[in-house]
Amino acid sequence: MLRLDGISKSFRIGVLGSRYVPAVRDVSFELRPGEVVSLIGESGSGKTTIGRMVLRLLPVSRGTITFDGKDIAAFHGRGLKDYYRTVQGVFQDPFSSYNPVFKADRVFAMIRTGYFPRIRDAVWREKVEDALIAVRLRPETVLDKYPHQLSGGQLQRLLIARALLLDIKLLVADEIISMLDASTRIDVLNLLGDLKERGLAILFITHDLALGNYVSDQTVILRRGNVVEAGATGAVFGNPTHPYTRRLLSSVPQLHRKWEQVESELSGVAGRCPVHTANDAGAALAEVSDDHRVACLALGEDRPCPDSAAVSAGTAGR
Amino acid sequence: MTLRVTGLKVYYRTLRGDVRALDDVTFGVEDGEIMGVAGESGCGKSTLGKSLIRLDGRMRYVEGRVDLDYKELPIWDDADMNDFRYKEVSLIPQYAMSALNPTRKIGLMVRDLLESRGIPFDTVSAELERRLGLVGLDREVLGRYPIELSGGMKQRAVMVLATLLNPSLLIADEITSALDVSTQRAVAEALVGFRDNGFVDSLIVITHDISLVYQIADTIMVMYAGKLAEKAPTDVLVNSPRHPYTQLLISSLPEVGVRYEGKRLSGIPGSPPALLNPPSGCRFRDRCPVAFDKCGEEPPFVEIGPDHFAACWRAS
Repeated sequence: MLRLDGISKSFRIGVLGSRYVPAVRDVSFELRPGEVVSLIGESGSGKTTIGRMVLRLLPVSRGTITFDGKDIAAFHGRGLKDYYRTVQGVFQDPFSSYNPVFKADRVFAMIRTGYFPRIRDAVWREKVEDALIAVRLRPETVLDKYPHQLSGGQLQRLLIARALLLDIKLLVADEIISMLDASTRIDVLNLLGDLKERGLAILFITHDLALGNYVSDQTVILRRGNVVEAGATGAVFGNPTHPYTRRLLSSVPQLHRKWEQVESELSGVAGRCPVHTANDAGAALAEVSDDHRVACLALGEDRPCPDSAAVSAGTAGR
Repeated sequence: MTLRVTGLKVYYRTLRGDVRALDDVTFGVEDGEIMGVAGESGCGKSTLGKSLIRLDGRMRYVEGRVDLDYKELPIWDDADMNDFRYKEVSLIPQYAMSALNPTRKIGLMVRDLLESRGIPFDTVSAELERRLGLVGLDREVLGRYPIELSGGMKQRAVMVLATLLNPSLLIADEITSALDVSTQRAVAEALVGFRDNGFVDSLIVITHDISLVYQIADTIMVMYAGKLAEKAPTDVLVNSPRHPYTQLLISSLPEVGVRYEGKRLSGIPGSPPALLNPPSGCRFRDRCPVAFDKCGEEPPFVEIGPDHFAACWRAS
């Protein structure tokens, strides 16, 4: 449904925009209906940039993003509005997504004037209530309230309800639970799981490996704009292959298991670089098992990959 | 015993009355102990940290006493606290970026700080460089501006600064929450190193992330709505919590390896009570699955096992 094909993004920096910093390099993955893909990375990994490109908030520098076979860069006017009818985003800070001067449910009214100008009042009210019930909010407790009267979890769920008003097929959820308290976090995560069962595709962007693991089918691990490891969540977390993935996993504070314990479990020999020992050396990612792809093990390090010399220098250029 | 807090009450002044952010809190921290304080936003954990060092203008000391190394801390008196601040009690704030003056080089700022306390910079500069090395920073950072350092580097520089005079008690307030996971681990382990090297006697680590304090703390104290809910040695608290709030909080955390399809976790329904006019009795009563008649009375914070304290009628 959504397909990212070798997309890259560089930002201009400097006084006259004379220099470029690459933020995302050659990232490809696919999202199918009813599937949750987690984009996991630390700050500066390009995960938010990818989400913003999918939402057409940023243009792509190279590569294409296609939705149902159509290049999203070509959408204008009417076409773009139709795109937003099916693809919506929810962002990290629920408090800054609302205008504090107006009541929180104004976000619903804006959807109505923008997308459903001719709908009857009664029908609309029912639609709003259905959306609120879908995100497990009681309409009477959240409607007609100002943002400061509601909790972060309620505001975040209101934003998801707003997206649901539009029969969306894809939701881009960028760090939507990192500002929420532990006791309400899991409710929003479970909600994403329920929406997925209704056939919604979700691009779940997070820095927290445990959250990504809980809800997603596919996982993409990013480092400085590159994909280092990707595949089925069970494969990536069950058999982390790239040293960066292992380092991330061994740094996550876990309950019931101390850092030293996790580290000793993960500190096996890294093995040969799958990219440079594969037959088709030169691809960015090599398949190590079914639905589990890993980048060159030296990716992002300052030293060259020890296995790249073994492959003849002529064919292995990346 | 390094720190002894007895019946401490600190309220926030508002136009509508007092907000009871810290209501009758009693606990102790031993020499060499790292105590984690965990809780959700608004539970009073940061108020606790702040009140041990400086009450800001909105905070009002009501009653209670704080003893550090058998001397009473005059926490209600801003000027008298100057003798203790930085030398005996020190704080690492949540955002290291806002603790550093952006227009001064870090070395100059350290000099200003020390001289304001009457300590010549030259007497400690060798030790300062040694300690920067211990947390993995080069001495060159002293010649740099804060903007030239990454978040993790700034956080570590502030940590060295805060502990330079070997305070008895160090309070670390959410110091890792703005950092990436790998930096987070380095910073947390540096804290343990400070204790092991004897730079600080004991530590209070305030965080919303109970799994972070599980990694480094000796004991964990859980707060709820301005009160203490439970305090126990780390392994006891995480593996056999007795207060229903602690139990629900721990069971609502997704761990690496837990999946939505396999094991659906659930949150805690409802939200904490407002502290402007908190309800009588147990403050967790409305959200508690095992509440009964007795919960209308306030449960005392009592010892229910060796070094294991809880405020719950069901636990005792």
